[in-house]
Amino acid sequence: MTKINFVDHSGETRTVEVENGATVMEAAIRNAVPGIEAECGGACACATCHVYIDDAWTEKVGKPTPMEEDMLDFGYDVRPNSRLSCQIKVSDELEGLVVTVPERQA
Amino acid sequence: MNEAIKTDVLIIGAGPCGLFAVFELGLLDMKVHLVDILDKIGGQCAELYPEKPIYDIPGIPLVTGQGLTEALLEQIKPFNPTFHLNEMVESIEKIGDPGFRVTTDAGKVFECKVVVVSAGGGSFQPKRPPVPGIEAYENTSVFYAVRKMEQFRDKEILIVGGGDSALDWTLNLHPLAKRITLLHRRDEFRAAPHSVEQMRKLVADGTMDLKIGQVTALEGADGKLTGAQVKGSDNTMSTVSCDTMLPFFGLTMKLGPVANWGLHLENNLIPVETASFETNVPGIFAIGDINTYPGKLKLILSGFHEGALMAQKAHRYVYPDKRLVFQYTTSSSSLQKKLGVN
Repeated sequence: MTKINFVDHSGETRTVEVENGATVMEAAIRNAVPGIEAECGGACACATCHVYIDDAWTEKVGKPTPMEEDMLDFGYDVRPNSRLSCQIKVSDELEGLVVTVPERQA
Repeated sequence: MNEAIKTDVLIIGAGPCGLFAVFELGLLDMKVHLVDILDKIGGQCAELYPEKPIYDIPGIPLVTGQGLTEALLEQIKPFNPTFHLNEMVESIEKIGDPGFRVTTDAGKVFECKVVVVSAGGGSFQPKRPPVPGIEAYENTSVFYAVRKMEQFRDKEILIVGGGDSALDWTLNLHPLAKRITLLHRRDEFRAAPHSVEQMRKLVADGTMDLKIGQVTALEGADGKLTGAQVKGSDNTMSTVSCDTMLPFFGLTMKLGPVANWGLHLENNLIPVETASFETNVPGIFAIGDINTYPGKLKLILSGFHEGALMAQKAHRYVYPDKRLVFQYTTSSSSLQKKLGVN
């Protein structure tokens, strides 16, 4: 199991555990982390699981694919460290990952 | 008022569950009209994931959203349903026991015995961009769709977005507008390469502007826009002068008018009983993702099952004097005749 930290808009952190191979979005949904909607269920077809990757993690998490960039166009308050959490697969490498949930989803 | 279209059943939402309900209703001799807010048939399957694979349709190991939609259309062809696309049901009024008068935002009126709500996550509506105070300019200076091009003649237009809608309207309104600025958050576009090329040519010719960045604030008063503040990708701020803004940020699902139809709601879902998926209003059913009941799973296959049971009860309302005999398509010659295979 790998620990993922979700920081909400007010600054409160929720730490959840998820098995490797699941996505960061699934970690949020299964643990009812507020602010992640995942309207399309993980198909990279909406932009409602949008998160900001903590600066210390951007390199490990990597860049969005062109398809994900296209979906990010529909996101709310998109920044250079924006990602769709359904496109981030959890692995040992991401133990302790910190992501921030935007003020609201699209 | 327009003359009412009479039908046995009106289905609201032409996604997979609405489409399969046509089949189940058709086998029991009920005529169906469908209304959908999208410009195409298939609901989320067509709008959100036409190219993406679905693995859990019984008996079909893999099918795309578009593939499933096409297969369902083929399956319901014998029943010849009528589609009313680009329309949203606004009101449902009770006129019989049961019997309903249903009105759309295009002013179309239906009179039917039974209403089936298979509206999934609600209606797809244009996404509002995250700009403070934008509501004050909506429908006066900010528009999410172009209905009449002429309305935009001689306007100074800011178009925001990078998809086909943004690019198409940039090109289409360019001859009419006083000046067009296209704004997108990055210098890459989802739109068809041909339109992007045409747009870049207009920019190179100096007859329109392209800016990379995001709108952070609007300037103006009394619903009249005068400009938009834009934060560039390099964080520099600038102002784009405009009297009209057309944001194209895709669609989002909103419950919409469903909330006004007198149906009970629980967390934006319609509670139903599980023998027939009827709502609290006799004659109005809810199937697919929009309903809720103990153990509900939001799967397409659940919606198919719900449609089949719904049709049994709907038959009682449409044909109160007829006894319904349960039959299989495999062996019943009368069902096969309806399907046109016998």
